[in-house]
Amino acid sequence: MIKASKLAYEYIRRDEEGNVEGIVRALDGVDLDIKSGDFVAILGHNGSGKSTIAKEINAILEPTEGVLFVNNYDTSKEENIWDIRQSAGMVFQNPDNQLVASVVEEDVAFGPENLGVPTDEIILRVAEALEKVGMTAYRNSSPNHLSGGQKQRIAIAGILAMKPKCIVLDEPTAMLDPNGRKEVISTIHELNKKEGITILLITHYMDEVVGCDKVIVMDNGKVVMQGTPREIFSRPDEIKKHKLDLPQVTELADELAKEGVDMPKGILSIDEFVEAFTSRYAGK
Amino acid sequence: MLRDITLGQYYPTDSVIHRLDPRVKLTATLLFIVSMFLFHSFLGYAVAGICLAVVIVISHVPFRFMMKGLKTIWFLLIFTMIFNIFLTDGTILFQWKFIKISQEGLLTAAFMGLRLFFLIIGSSLMTLTTTPNQLTTGMETGLRWMKVIHVPVHEIAMMMSIALRFIPILMEETDKIMKAQQARGADFEEGKLMDRVRALVPVFVPLFVSAFRRANELAMAMEARCYRGDNGRTSMKPLKYAARDGIAYVIMVLFLVLIVFTDKIAALIF
Repeated sequence: MIKASKLAYEYIRRDEEGNVEGIVRALDGVDLDIKSGDFVAILGHNGSGKSTIAKEINAILEPTEGVLFVNNYDTSKEENIWDIRQSAGMVFQNPDNQLVASVVEEDVAFGPENLGVPTDEIILRVAEALEKVGMTAYRNSSPNHLSGGQKQRIAIAGILAMKPKCIVLDEPTAMLDPNGRKEVISTIHELNKKEGITILLITHYMDEVVGCDKVIVMDNGKVVMQGTPREIFSRPDEIKKHKLDLPQVTELADELAKEGVDMPKGILSIDEFVEAFTSRYAGK
Repeated sequence: MLRDITLGQYYPTDSVIHRLDPRVKLTATLLFIVSMFLFHSFLGYAVAGICLAVVIVISHVPFRFMMKGLKTIWFLLIFTMIFNIFLTDGTILFQWKFIKISQEGLLTAAFMGLRLFFLIIGSSLMTLTTTPNQLTTGMETGLRWMKVIHVPVHEIAMMMSIALRFIPILMEETDKIMKAQQARGADFEEGKLMDRVRALVPVFVPLFVSAFRRANELAMAMEARCYRGDNGRTSMKPLKYAARDGIAYVIMVLFLVLIVFTDKIAALIF
């Protein structure tokens, strides 16, 4: 679905006369291979290049070096950008700044309208997309009256109505409260399972990463770790070296292990923790 | 709350006027404005007034609500009337030193006042019965022919609808910034006019910065959703004329004929 090899991107800063002042290499030799139907999370602290990757995948930025294929379209070719944007939809961080219309259903229709989908089909797609994110009851509301989580679900519906194969979410929960965060994360998990849509979730919340198929850790424009959540979180020291945290349960198990308690590495959920702990220490 | 502010003062009722196609209402308003300059007799004003009153009654919008829209225009209205009273020459009814009031002056003043009043009520009837969204689509579809003379109709309509979406958001933001500045000791309510204007600078600078940032993000989000102007764009709710819209057009033509006709008759009688 998404394939990158030796992908690099440089932000060039210029002074007022247009002379080059400095070059920031936001992406540096990134190799990616994301398969259709995968749920992949990209982790990284601020400035690690994770948002740049999202913009590359959506062909908003053009690679400085290397190649990137999305759904077999080369992102560096101008004539491909509309096909790429249709097959890899993008959800941004700020829910207010990505809704265009002042009525929910008209906003969801914005994508298909741009694609030139016939009217009857748009109506079907809008109804279907709102149904999938559980927002059918709000179809005639104004986005200004919705909560952050609901607005983000509308944004997702707007992408779904374009029938994409893949959705890239660039820190979709960063501006939401815990409830909104849960809403959004469970919505995308459902879309991944039921519709088979490839999800690329860019985040810095460790707890959101736990249910993913694959985690990619980025630092300084490079991919530094790759693997299943369990593999990644079994290497706590390495994670901390890249200025990231462990999920709370994993952290607790890790600290206990350091104090001499017999706990396995890479525990991801509270249930697992309880299971591991009781199986070793029950009755003692 | 600030977020409940609606632009344009739409008054929702379920009347026939509300359900009319926005293009019909735009044309009707335009025709009504033009017709105001077609007659010069009392009879003409009476006919126009009666027709307007009938439409208002059908629209179910309370007349008191309409007068609210006049509030800002009162000054202009009275100003125009006073000028007309004192500056028109003719048969003098009253004279004191250089101030003269003539019969013609009073008459033109009354006509002018009525004409302005009709214009304002007529056009606010449109904004009261049409949502801003409908108006935008109406303008986009109805004025599409202007593209021939290179007027960017779609772009203007898109700008209008985005402005409508962001006005409440920016209002809320202004409120937030003002509170933040007040918390740090800014004073917006006291001092001379110049001081108060100056106090607003620290509000507008961050507001502008944030508006530009929003614009940038929105543009990116729109591009990511395949927006490319109106190239091959379709619509979820395309405007379609119904039977009532045809009837409305017929009534409009009849109204024009009636106005011109009464003016001719009035000219014959008086």
